[in-house]
Formats: sequence, structure tokens, C-alpha cells
Amino acid sequence: MSAVTVFGLCAAAAVGLGLYGLIANPQPLRKIIAFNLLGSGVFLMFGIVGRRGAAAGFGNDPVPQALVITGVVVAFSATALAIALLLRLFQIAGSTTLNSRAAASARSDPSGH
Amino acid sequence: MLPPAPALVTTAGGFLLVLSIVVPVAGVLLAFVLGERYVRQVASTVVPVGLAIAFAVLVLLPRSDGHLVYLLGAWPPPLGVALRADGLSAVMLATTAVVICAVAIFAATDFRPQSVEARAPFAFWILLLAIWGALNTIFIAGDLFTLYVALELLTFAAVPLVSLDGRAETLRAALRYLLFALLGSVLYLMGTALLYGLYGTLDIALLSHRVNADSGVLIAAALMTTGLLAKTALFPLHLWLPPAHAGAPAAASAILSALVVKGSFFILVRLWFDVMPGLPGLAAAQLLAALGAGAILFGSVVALRQERLKLLIAYSTLAQIGYLFLMFPLAFGASGKLESDQALAGGLLQAVSHATAKAAMFMAVGSIYAGLGHDRITGLCGVARALPLSVLAFAIGGIALMGVQPSGASFAKELLLQETARTGQWWWAIVLQAGGMFTTAYVVLVLSHALAPSDQPIVLVGPAPLSRDLAALVLALCSLFLGLLPWDSYLPAPSDAASKLFGIDALSKLLLPVLGGAALAILLSPWPHPLGSSAAWKALMRVVGPLRRGCLRFGSLIERGDEVLRQWSAAGISLLLVSLLLAASMLAAN
Repeated sequence: MSAVTVFGLCAAAAVGLGLYGLIANPQPLRKIIAFNLLGSGVFLMFGIVGRRGAAAGFGNDPVPQALVITGVVVAFSATALAIALLLRLFQIAGSTTLNSRAAASARSDPSGH
Repeated sequence: MLPPAPALVTTAGGFLLVLSIVVPVAGVLLAFVLGERYVRQVASTVVPVGLAIAFAVLVLLPRSDGHLVYLLGAWPPPLGVALRADGLSAVMLATTAVVICAVAIFAATDFRPQSVEARAPFAFWILLLAIWGALNTIFIAGDLFTLYVALELLTFAAVPLVSLDGRAETLRAALRYLLFALLGSVLYLMGTALLYGLYGTLDIALLSHRVNADSGVLIAAALMTTGLLAKTALFPLHLWLPPAHAGAPAAASAILSALVVKGSFFILVRLWFDVMPGLPGLAAAQLLAALGAGAILFGSVVALRQERLKLLIAYSTLAQIGYLFLMFPLAFGASGKLESDQALAGGLLQAVSHATAKAAMFMAVGSIYAGLGHDRITGLCGVARALPLSVLAFAIGGIALMGVQPSGASFAKELLLQETARTGQWWWAIVLQAGGMFTTAYVVLVLSHALAPSDQPIVLVGPAPLSRDLAALVLALCSLFLGLLPWDSYLPAPSDAASKLFGIDALSKLLLPVLGGAALAILLSPWPHPLGSSAAWKALMRVVGPLRRGCLRFGSLIERGDEVLRQWSAAGISLLLVSLLLAASMLAAN
């Protein structure tokens, strides 16, 4: 099995796990982490794509690397924004659930879960 | 055959494209530097300048062969990045500028410093300019990765607008919006990676000459389309839209509903018509339009059952988004190839008229809310006497949206109906007509409550500044007269179509949706009408009573279905299903 195939399978696994976590996990913090895992899978895929340039005498195609750097910055800002919103929500509502009906009943629950 | 690749050189006037991005972004940075005290001055300088730039692009475009190009750093693609404007971009740039201008005038009285929460006005003006910059980038970006970055910037600017007032409910709506939008943008990015891996470029013009019906391309197309659908909130991926659009302050809702969803829609149009013209195939296009039809049904029926006016308009946005997607199958000919640009023109026109009309309606509702202190539909009696200009703006916006001549929506509907006749897809003609009737239904419903006489005089709890109502009114009038503008130099629309908007057969086209809409409003709205005790109403109810009960039961069924679909897990599964179905239909077609 070549290195490219191994990396490809890893990217696919990261994307799959991230997608599952983002859809199935009810807690927003876990959703945010799952989004980062999903993003990492996509960035790994860009890395594999960068091997294309190897044939032209380069060690690597530089364009996907530039794209990944930009993508990482975007994902980082997205995570920061999501965490900021989540913290604010926790300060105000005392719980972090995204389900408004569950939130109404959670207010009577002092533990805030 | 594809047209030859446009020359990759900077055209005269290409610097205007750079300015249209740089000016709003510079405004954002300047506002941060100067601080809260000067943010209004910065905004009031940037907004007219941006408007002037958009109109300069509009004037210059026909003189330079319908294309403006600017190569950043004079590097030609695939190494460099190009900014390109065509007719579609110019129209969207101008629409955005006009709507932002009107919203800025509307918000000038609302978001004075120290009027609401201390930081909210500061944040609002900065986010307004940031959204403008991001949208302009989307409209003129020449490669898929720039589009990705612009799409993310748009989301990052739009999400805080949702939670501007800082209540827990709106924070929750903003977080749902952000997380679902991120899911969509990752799917888009994945498609971009696949396309780069296959062709070694992301430039739209270069890609359009290189793509062929490879399975990798089709999977990339399915992923990108699904991601963009999640960001556009097409049914059944709409879980974030109603709470986000209904919870935001009126000026923010107007921007979110009118412009932000159009950003991802525009990228989708670029993808299907420019990057891979016709490659996704007729079956996938039919699927998109079927989802659009579902959006019209769910959005409209649930809108008619809302108690709060802002939620009604948010759900009507959902239905109107569905309406935009009806153009996709109509653009394909019988042979399954992309044939007609007229459907594209119709879809874009519909987007423009929805942008102007919906912004006007949200602003009018904002005025009504500020005046009454609530926006319950059943408590609207007599408001037409107390706030005549707000109700007039709402009415004109609604009339423009339901497709009364000479509005942009009627022109768009005319173009799309011609296409259904030409391609023989009569079922979309039915959906188009039904969409018009549903739009009429909720406009008639609101107006019938607002125009009803009230026993006791209305007490206004807030001020009603004239400038706010005038901004909404001007925007609504813009939408109403859009059909008269000379579109043929920007969009591939026949120039003689506008003259057909008047005449005897136009009257029948007007009466059909109005009568159908009134019937739908009576049958599907559960709220008691103020005239409900009159003798004529009772006689009517004796005739249609059983039918109305059946319709109401159907409506509550649809509402419950909508609640289920707006659960996070249901929306996630629908997202996966939509992407699988799109991929399957694209692979089967090629």
C-alpha cells in the first residue's frame, strides 16, 4: 500500500468520524470538536492532492499547501467564534443545549445540564 | 460548443472590482481604529461610496464587452487569482448596494450609540460593512477557493448579527446557524479539493474548459451543491433559518433574509452554469427543483400558521428560496444539455426582486413592532390607521413579491413560465403558479388583519421616525418597478418581454393568483379574523367549513413535520441523503 493510499484512508476516516460526531452528538462543544476533526480530514486530503506536483520535478505542489494554510486559519476563526458564542450562551442561560424546548426545562435544574 | 476563454488581462475599469471589496473592508478596519464614537460617520461615508462603485460597474460593463477582469498582482491564472464581473455579478452588486443603503438609512435611527445595549450599534455597523465586503467578493471572485473564503467571511459576519441583542434564544439560534453553516462549508471545501486534485486549477474560466464527466467531478459537484444548499437553507436543510431570521433585530433580519442567503445561491449558480455548464444533468436539476417545491409547500403552509409576523416572514423566505431553485431544470433542454439562459435570467431576477421586496417587508414589520410593542398577527387591527406608511411599505413589498405587474417577480415568473412551455415540463408551471398563490395568501392574510377596523384606538409605545418608513417604502417601490428596467444588457432576457406585462391577458394572470391566494388564506390560517362575526363570513363558513377543517388538519400535520425536520439529527440525515441522491442522479445521468 503506497503512502498516498494510507493518507487517503486516514482522511476518509477523519471525515467520516467528524461527520458522525457533528450530526449525532447533541452537545455543542463536541460538535465544534467534531467540526475540527472533519476539517482536518479535508486538509489531509488537500495534502494528498499536493503530491500531484511531485511529477513535475517539485517535491510537492505548493498551491494546496497555501490553500490548507488559509483553510486552517478559517477553521480556527470559526472555532473561536463558536466557542465565544457557546461561552456567552452558558453565562446567560446556564446551559449549553441547542434545543430550546430542553432549555426551558433545564432552567429549573440548578446543575445546568 | 463553449465560447473561447476570455482574455486573461486586466480590462479598463477592472480596478473598480478591487475597490468594491477594499472600500467596505477598509470601512470595517477604520471603524475598529476610530472606535464607537465615529462608527456611524465611517458607515455614512462608506455606504454612498460603495453605492457609487456598484453603479460605476453597472455603467462600465456593457462598454467593455460584458466582462470586467482584474488580475491581482498581474499574475494570470492558474498561478494568480483573477477577479471577474459579468452581467450577473453587476446586477447582484447593484442590488446589494441598494439594499444595504436602504437598511443603513433604516437603521440610522435604530442603532444610535447608547440607544440599545452599548456595544450593539458598534457591532451592527461593522458587521453590515463586513457582510457587504464578503458579498461583493462572492459576486466577483474568479476562483473556487476565493469563493470559499468569501462564503466563510459572509457566515462569520452574519452569525453575530443574529445574536445582536444577546438573549439566550438568539444566541442559541446563532450557534445552530454557525454549526450547520460550517458543516456546509466543509462539504464545499471537500469538493474544491477534489476538483484541484483532478485539474490542478480552481479558476472558474479555466475549469469550465477542462472539466468532463468524470466520476470525481460529479462527486465534487454533489458535495459542493449539498454544502451550498445547507448554507442557502433549502428545505429540508432549513433548521437554522426561522429562529435566526425571526430573532434578529429588524435591520439585521432584512440583511440576512434579503442578501446573505443569496450569496451561497449565487455560488451555486456559478457552479452549475459556469464551472461545469450542464454537467450535473437534468435528473439532479429535477431533484433540486423538487426540494424547492417542498420548500414552497412547507414554508408557505407553516408561514400561514404563525402567530408572530416576523416568523411568518421568516418562513416566507424559506418558501421564496424554494422558488429560486425552480429555474434549474428549466435551463436544461430535452436533450439533457444546458440550453437556455432565459431560465437563468428568470431565476436571477427572482433573487433580485426577493432581495428588495423582502428587505422592505422586514423593515416595515420592524417599524410595526417598534410602534406596537408586539407583532402578533391577531393584534394588528387598526394598525393601518396608526402606522399608515409602514403598512403601505409592507403592502407594496408583498404585492411586488406575489408577482403583480410590473414587478420583477412577475417578469421572472413570465420568463420561467415560457421556459416550462418550451421544455414541456408542465409540472413546474403548476408549482410556479402555486408558489405565487401561496405568496399572495400570506400577504392577504396580514393585510386583512392590518386593514381591519379596530374598536379601541391604538396606543403607540415607540416613536415612528419618518426616515425608517421611507427607506422601506422606496425599496418596496424599487421591487415593484423592477420589471421595467432594461435587463437585456446584463441578463440573457429578451428585451420585448417587459412590454407583454400589460394588457388583457395580464389581468387574468393577476386575478388567478389573487383569488387563489385569498382562498388559501381563508382555508389554511387558523387565526380568527376580526370580521369573523359578520353575517357574510358565517354564510361562507357554512359552505366551506368542513373543507377548512380538513385543510387546517393538513396544515398542523405539515407544521409537525417541519418541527421534526428541524431537529438537528433529522437535518443531518437529510443532508447526507440529499448529497447521496445528488451524487447518484449525477452519476446516472453521465
